[in-house]
Amino acid sequence: MSAVIELLGQEPYWSFVRLALFLGGVAAFVGANAAYLVWVERKTAAYVQRRPGPMEVGPQGLIQPIADAVKLLSKQVLVPPEADGILFRLAPVLIMTPAMMCFVALPYGSALVPANLDLGLLALFAFASVNVMALMLGAWSSRNKFAIISAARVVSQNIAYEIPMLLTVVTTILMSGSMNLSTIVTQQGGWFWNWNIFQLHHNPLVWLSFLTFYICMLAETNRAPFDMAESESELVAGAFTEYAGMSFGVFFMAEYANIVIGCSLAVILFLGGWNCPIPLDILPSWLGWLSTGIGGALVGLGFFFAKLYALIFTVIWIRWTFPRTQFYGLLNLSWKILIPVALVTLWLTSFLVKVL
Amino acid sequence: MLLTKEQALARSAHSVGGPNETFVLNLGPQHPATHGVLRVKLTMDGEFVQRAEPVCGYIHRMHEKMGENRNYSQFLPNTSRLDYLSAMQYTHAWCGVVEKACKIEVPERAEYIRVITSELNRIASHLVGWGAWVMDLGGFTPILYAFDDREKILDLLEHICGARLTFCYYRFGGVVNDVDEYFLNGTREFVPYMRERMKMYKKLVTQNIILRKRIEGIGIITPDQCRRYGACGPVLRGSGIQHDVRRAEPYSIYHRFDYDIPVYHECDSMARYLVRMDEIEQSLRIIEQAVAKIPEGPFVHPKVPKVIKVPAGDYTFATEAGRGRFMVRLVSDGSDIPYRVKLRTPCLANLSLFEETSAGMLLPDALAHMGSLDLVIPDIDR
Repeated sequence: MSAVIELLGQEPYWSFVRLALFLGGVAAFVGANAAYLVWVERKTAAYVQRRPGPMEVGPQGLIQPIADAVKLLSKQVLVPPEADGILFRLAPVLIMTPAMMCFVALPYGSALVPANLDLGLLALFAFASVNVMALMLGAWSSRNKFAIISAARVVSQNIAYEIPMLLTVVTTILMSGSMNLSTIVTQQGGWFWNWNIFQLHHNPLVWLSFLTFYICMLAETNRAPFDMAESESELVAGAFTEYAGMSFGVFFMAEYANIVIGCSLAVILFLGGWNCPIPLDILPSWLGWLSTGIGGALVGLGFFFAKLYALIFTVIWIRWTFPRTQFYGLLNLSWKILIPVALVTLWLTSFLVKVL
Repeated sequence: MLLTKEQALARSAHSVGGPNETFVLNLGPQHPATHGVLRVKLTMDGEFVQRAEPVCGYIHRMHEKMGENRNYSQFLPNTSRLDYLSAMQYTHAWCGVVEKACKIEVPERAEYIRVITSELNRIASHLVGWGAWVMDLGGFTPILYAFDDREKILDLLEHICGARLTFCYYRFGGVVNDVDEYFLNGTREFVPYMRERMKMYKKLVTQNIILRKRIEGIGIITPDQCRRYGACGPVLRGSGIQHDVRRAEPYSIYHRFDYDIPVYHECDSMARYLVRMDEIEQSLRIIEQAVAKIPEGPFVHPKVPKVIKVPAGDYTFATEAGRGRFMVRLVSDGSDIPYRVKLRTPCLANLSLFEETSAGMLLPDALAHMGSLDLVIPDIDR
């Protein structure tokens, strides 16, 4: 047994083992997040609306997501007779795969990066933009009028919001000078004023950039108040009208996966990633284990998740507070406000960083 | 040559997108925004509504015909099933028309009880209409807050009449049970509570920029259109016409109370929204005065005959229900069964506006506009 472990610890086997571990980890992380964010969402909604929320399955309804998953899995995958069967079945796969791919490039801690890509940010956005195509294909192939209206909305919405989002991301790239996500986080180490969101000397409007990024993230993940894809009181269930059982469940999982990705990116680009607000090396020596080895990794993971879930909570909070925007209001917001703001920020930052 | 299904679909896919292409979108009978079995046939040009044709009849229950084959007391519960959210005012209209025809006196205390319960019912009705409309606009939380407040009203009304929705509390010549101190105290406590809540709703919902952008300037209904279609209730008052049955055709003892008829001249959905919110406040004012002044005495006229025979003739009686003017026309031939019952309901008149006013709107705006009419589907079909 020990010989096998020793063998696996050597190259080239170790690379495969590492890969398998990270793949399993990412899959488990996405699955657990999708399941339990639904629970968090339902409980938060219940809290906002002053009712108990799910209470029946397990204590505080904690087993509810598993019961839901079992229910969805036990249902038949219905394909409407008029639908384009191949595309209809392909769309849930197409929406889930890129979402999983994005998790590979995300750094969760200084040593916890499934793939430390030099162009990690670029790879992430490349994968994330496939999401629109999957939604559109699913809606279009189901040959449902509500779904097709929703598909048209999704495409124009995502095109409109991709631009200001990328412009703000370029601003942060200018601030940190790298597209490697680990490098971006490492640069924000030390005291919390090293985080990008406090780097006012590089970009005086960085708070505005963060807000732009956040709004675009809401719009990109089709979350309320920009949930044009689903908009259930207008388009029944929008793009997902014809989907039943787990194929609908997969769209649902992908939505939560995308929220996690979007919020992780916001944490990495603006809020210092896994960094603690105070530098850990000023701690007394008997607490040294907090900044090195497994202890350091766990502390980093803890701070990353704390920031991540705080941000995800605001996403849920917004959904249960605001009504849905108008569709043209949404496009106006992007083209007339967010893009000019993002451009001005970009110019200002490039001037401050590169010229001065 | 006959085409296979694939060929036909391929051809139609090529022809889609022509400049004058329209398609028909079937909104309902089961659709989340119609809140019941209303069907609207939308002819769409992209996402613009070219023509919206309401198709009624999915919940037609022949209430008028039922009125013609049962006696006056037996028909009374039917009236509370038309607009189930304004059951008090609807039963009031039926009791009113019979009392008017048979010249039955209603005791003072009963009139006060009727005013209090009708106005409580109006508040409950507006709360549901408001919450459901904001839900149509995508805001889920307000309806649960509204239901929380409505629950307080329903508990009070349940205490005096046993029902929580389809109240059948009024009787010819009075009401079925007297109110007790529990009800009156509960109502007294409810008034300041609801005023506080209205302030919260104003901050949380009315002043919300997203909501205001969605309903301000959307769904213009001109006073002329209101006249032509016989619109009534908050829809009419949101178009700048100060008409309220409680003032225009006074009934019961409404003339004794001090209250305003809210009117807005913007003619848009926001105006109708604000009319409803203001009406809740005015109803609270009426309740406050009525509870303070309610006299002692009998709650039902002691000498109402067991079998009611209405003298031959043609009678009408109208009340201001939550959604507007509800009128009963009763033609009697002198027997114990009505000869003809005509029910004039507000929602049918308000829905008939929709086809003309929604032309050219975007689909979400058209649905927001439909929400502003505050339709109760069983009231349309009867």
